[in-house]
Amino acid sequence: MKRVFNALGERLNRISSLKLTLLAVLTALIIGALIIVASDVDNLQNGDILGALSTVGSAYWALVVGSFGSLRAISNTINSSTPLILCGVSVAIAFKAGLFNIGATGQMLAGGMTALWVGFAMDGPGIIQVPLAIIAGAVGGAVFGAIPGVLKARTGAHEVITTIMLNNIMAFLILWLLKTDLFQREDRTDPISKLVSTQGRLPRLFGFLDGRADLIAHIGFIVAIGAVLAYWWFLKYSSTGFEFRAYGLNADAATYAGMHVKRLTVLSMTFAGGFAGLAGAAEVLGTYGYASQNFAGNIGFDAIAIALLGQSTPLGTLIAAILFGALQAGGRQMQTNSDVPIDLIIVLRALIVMFIAAPLLVKTIWRTKNASITVGQSFRGWGS
Amino acid sequence: MSTTEIATPLMSLEQKKRSRNVGLSLIFLALVSAFFLSARPGDAGFKLVESFTLVLPAQPFAQALAVVLGALGAVQLYRGFGKWTNVMLAFATAMFVVGFLAWATSGGSFNLTGMLQDTVTRSVPITLGAIAGILCERSGIINIAIEGQLLGGAFAGAVVGSLYGPWFGVLGAMAMGVGLSALLAVFAIRFRVDQVIVGFAINFFSLGLTSFLSQRVLTPHPEYNIVKPFTPYAVPLLSDIPVIGVALFTQTYFVYISLFAVVITTWFMYRTRWGLRTRAVGEYPQAAGTLGVDVLKLRYRNVWIAGAVAGLGGAWWPIGTVGRFDQNITSGRGFIALAAVIFGRWHPVGALTAALVFGLAEAIQLKMSNLDTGIPSEFLLMAPYIVTLVVVAGFVGRSRAPKAAGQAYDASK
Amino acid sequence: MKLELRAITKRFPGVIANDNVNLTLNTGEVLALIGENGAGKSTLMSVLYGMYKPDEGEILIDDVAQVFSSPADAIAAGIGMVHQHFMLVPVFTVAENVVLGVEPTGRFGKLHIDEARKMVREISVKYNLDLDPDAIIEDLPVGVQQRVEIVKVLLRDAKVVVFDEPTAVLTPNEIVEFFEIVNTLVKAGRGVVFITHKLKEALSVANRIAVLRRGKVVGEADPATASESEIAEMMVGRPVQLTVEKKSAHAGEVVLSVSDLTVIDADGRTHVEGVSFSVHAGEIVGVAGVQGNGQTELVEALTGLRKAAGGTITLDGKDLTHSNPRERHHMGMAHIPEDRQRQGLVGGLSVAENLVLTRYHDDQFSHGLVVNWDAANLVADSLITEYDIRTPSKETGAGTLSGGNQQKVIVARELSRDLRLTIAAQPTRGVDVGSIEYIHSRIVKERDAGTAVLIVSTELDEVMALSDRLLVMYRGKVVAELDPKKVSPMEVGLYMAGSRPDGVVQK
Repeated sequence: MKRVFNALGERLNRISSLKLTLLAVLTALIIGALIIVASDVDNLQNGDILGALSTVGSAYWALVVGSFGSLRAISNTINSSTPLILCGVSVAIAFKAGLFNIGATGQMLAGGMTALWVGFAMDGPGIIQVPLAIIAGAVGGAVFGAIPGVLKARTGAHEVITTIMLNNIMAFLILWLLKTDLFQREDRTDPISKLVSTQGRLPRLFGFLDGRADLIAHIGFIVAIGAVLAYWWFLKYSSTGFEFRAYGLNADAATYAGMHVKRLTVLSMTFAGGFAGLAGAAEVLGTYGYASQNFAGNIGFDAIAIALLGQSTPLGTLIAAILFGALQAGGRQMQTNSDVPIDLIIVLRALIVMFIAAPLLVKTIWRTKNASITVGQSFRGWGS
Repeated sequence: MSTTEIATPLMSLEQKKRSRNVGLSLIFLALVSAFFLSARPGDAGFKLVESFTLVLPAQPFAQALAVVLGALGAVQLYRGFGKWTNVMLAFATAMFVVGFLAWATSGGSFNLTGMLQDTVTRSVPITLGAIAGILCERSGIINIAIEGQLLGGAFAGAVVGSLYGPWFGVLGAMAMGVGLSALLAVFAIRFRVDQVIVGFAINFFSLGLTSFLSQRVLTPHPEYNIVKPFTPYAVPLLSDIPVIGVALFTQTYFVYISLFAVVITTWFMYRTRWGLRTRAVGEYPQAAGTLGVDVLKLRYRNVWIAGAVAGLGGAWWPIGTVGRFDQNITSGRGFIALAAVIFGRWHPVGALTAALVFGLAEAIQLKMSNLDTGIPSEFLLMAPYIVTLVVVAGFVGRSRAPKAAGQAYDASK
Repeated sequence: MKLELRAITKRFPGVIANDNVNLTLNTGEVLALIGENGAGKSTLMSVLYGMYKPDEGEILIDDVAQVFSSPADAIAAGIGMVHQHFMLVPVFTVAENVVLGVEPTGRFGKLHIDEARKMVREISVKYNLDLDPDAIIEDLPVGVQQRVEIVKVLLRDAKVVVFDEPTAVLTPNEIVEFFEIVNTLVKAGRGVVFITHKLKEALSVANRIAVLRRGKVVGEADPATASESEIAEMMVGRPVQLTVEKKSAHAGEVVLSVSDLTVIDADGRTHVEGVSFSVHAGEIVGVAGVQGNGQTELVEALTGLRKAAGGTITLDGKDLTHSNPRERHHMGMAHIPEDRQRQGLVGGLSVAENLVLTRYHDDQFSHGLVVNWDAANLVADSLITEYDIRTPSKETGAGTLSGGNQQKVIVARELSRDLRLTIAAQPTRGVDVGSIEYIHSRIVKERDAGTAVLIVSTELDEVMALSDRLLVMYRGKVVAELDPKKVSPMEVGLYMAGSRPDGVVQK
């Protein structure tokens, strides 16, 4: 009897956590609306509050239409979500082992460049080149990701600092690489890379539809879903996954239990780097077909928000990444349709993360009375 | 029972390792001087004052430098410098930088004093950001949000400064910093949300909001984004000292304020009741709490002050330099400030030192682009980050951070 | 000053920690508050000290009702507390710790540290508590740290001093000294509340004894007339066996042999110095000593969590001085760690996962890199039944179990396989009497099955009752090897304090 009650209790908890998430999104949207209205200086100066409000309506409508309103919108959402999912898993897997990977950006750049090299150095056949290039991306990211892991294991240098530093180092390294003869496009003087050969591009997801060149989503999305599944399997069934979880929750107990915690530190950062490297490969081989200095954009940082939002679980991370991807795709539409700058999306994401992390606050705002959800401590302090 | 525990030895293993690392780095720098820096003949001219240019023959200087650094390294490895280690290190680093500059300039000349002045100027936002970090972390709150506070400060400084003049701009920036840190305080202290999560969210929030408003409001209304920046103020007498006068005492108010902030924070942190309580709360809040110290109130207050300091640092961009706000104008300096906190071991003077290193690297990079050295500028741009990486990994290591940093305080536990 | 707690009730989700508790304390009186772990003693004192607000009831001082919303209020009303876990900032000096919260200051809040030193000196002279105001806390032994705590309370002129399990970290001789301090306080007109689970101490120092069980005061006893077993029965609610039942040991071959072991930490401090001993199959060897005399480091070195700086450790004749914990595990070594929440368990993982925390890599539970959770769950079910672990289900988070049940999870995991050597550190710390009896019987059973057992405990009664042979550690050295049946606790106490019964003080 008691067991039944417990199971029921857990089920209810999960429902309330979903409800809490929805309330957090709703709260964020309301604050976003206030920001849109308050920043509508011209309309407000004319006293045209209705005009300001109608901007909110058209902006949010564009968000919906731009993310899920058409096949093209869905393709855009998928395309934006792909690197977010992969980097989200990168940050999440490190979180699971108790490490904070701020370095997804740098790892993504590293992986993107190695994938790119395979991408233009070979010319088909695609069936060999594409997998090879993707693997090269994972390896490049993993090697670069291993650096902060090794530094932490050997010297105790905190990964928050080392990954931030490595992001900056990688950014300049890319800038330099893109000007070398090896990478720079022959007829260009600005930092831009050679093109990935046609055989080396990731096939488009909707390639079977004729005449829809605007559907840019590529099979990188399938790689991303595969990565989520791999992550899920790893946590649930592998002994290393069990070690990650134990180490992340209680490092002392993991040491006591005979786990090789230094090896786990290096391994978790290597895996994290590998997933981020895949994201770089997907962007370079799929979305762009070449590399520019900024192809990683803000994705590595967004991924932190995604992993936090998804509580580092495989499913949670996937859903959070798709939500963020949809906001990204919708945001572009919003900027075109209603001249509300796409940067609003960054604000919305920040608010959502804040509210999810503070269930107590959302409960206070909406006066709900449900059990709490926990994001858990992600940070062990600056000590070793 | 006597009050002496098991005797502590002269030097711990950690210290030994660190001291060995110092020695090895010196040898490494000596080798760089001997084989790399001495490879370019020619004289290097360093313009110190208008009428005097110091001429250093690059090659002999590099060779001499190699000998000196090698000797220092050998002594360090053999017996160490004890309490003089830091002085020795500062001297060695400075000499190496001079050697590097001589190598880079050989056959030409450049304005050394100007570069030093630039170094100090550029260290301002990093110093102030780091002090904001120290104020929070010493009382047990991790402040990852320095970047966001700097950015918010820069935005508010530009807008308020455009409307009401630069001094009000500074106040506006500080108010914005306080506002953003109040967000951190409420979430981290009242709602006990993971401090790193809130910090990151605030960074995004600040980046998003300032970019959004900049595009939506400042672009169509450029009159809100034009400040009259501070001009350098030459301190009477002091500014007449050669070299130092220009580098330190012919600066905008921001430099003087940030140096003052370092002094005052150090004094307060180690000599006053507030400092004692702050450090106690950052190390072991329960100990302070059970003695009737209001832990939460102290944390709130420190986080607010930190916000004001960071906001001030943000005002440096529009009011100390360019006179306007641009999207993401801070471009990661807040994270550098965070590194400076750790680099400087949670001490204001240490943070200032770190900030000067970053400032120097930025300044050198700017000068280097005028000189043809054969090194791609990207590698010079990378240098400060590599230095931080090496320092954090090799010398700071598992250094003593405030123990309670990152943990929410619950009075009933 | 007269202190009265009237009908105090404090509830937490799912538990009533204090249920209608009434207590009074008069000037110059020592009241012992005694009860099992989890009986509600600490909650009650937290209420008194303003850390918790009571749901019902009130606190009266000299018949005036008080409202304490924070420790500051309680301090102002004349209540002082010496916590079980010392509330001292480890990197501060004695003087800084003592004045924290009542700092002597000048302009701009400038700290007058000289004055603080003077204040410490005055009080330590007045109450005969030897202290160096400039010593750094983390360099001081626990006994001295406790003195710092007492000085803190006295500086704030507390009329009522509450001691929460003050003797846990002291040697028998220091306990005698501590009782003298208590007497000095009482003579100076202060009231003392003495929280403990040790009956003997309560009987020897208190004027009155109040017994708490499951949040209620179940009775008061007069130490002059009450017997130990009467009070124990009141505490637990049933007759209790105060001794461990065991037959004499049949020691076999040497299993663990330690010779000249030395442990030095990263800061260069020597914690274990030239320790040699052996443990035979089928015997229990106990290590007694005051906390902080190298026992923790000895256990860590034996189990592979810490490097030995010198000496050798062999198990069944095989040298394992340089093997890691996992290799030692496979050689048949079990380790019940001293801090179950920090080391022994991962609170965020389920009971089932914790039951294989040190064993998931055994062939029984893994195929290569994959964990066989079906096998693990089957074993978990049977261990939960066999060891009577009270948990809603095996999926429940281990962190939510009571202390006794958490410890049973660890004992079940560590003892449920074929072993050569069991090392148990503080196996019953913070555990209820029922669980203590059970864990003791399991350990004895393990011995009778022919395993070599090493018990490390700071509870002298526990090691003396369990051991067949007793080692005493003092400042990193084994200073005595004794037969627990032939020595008195006082004698062992002398060794623990670094002296010898013949009066020679050890260096």
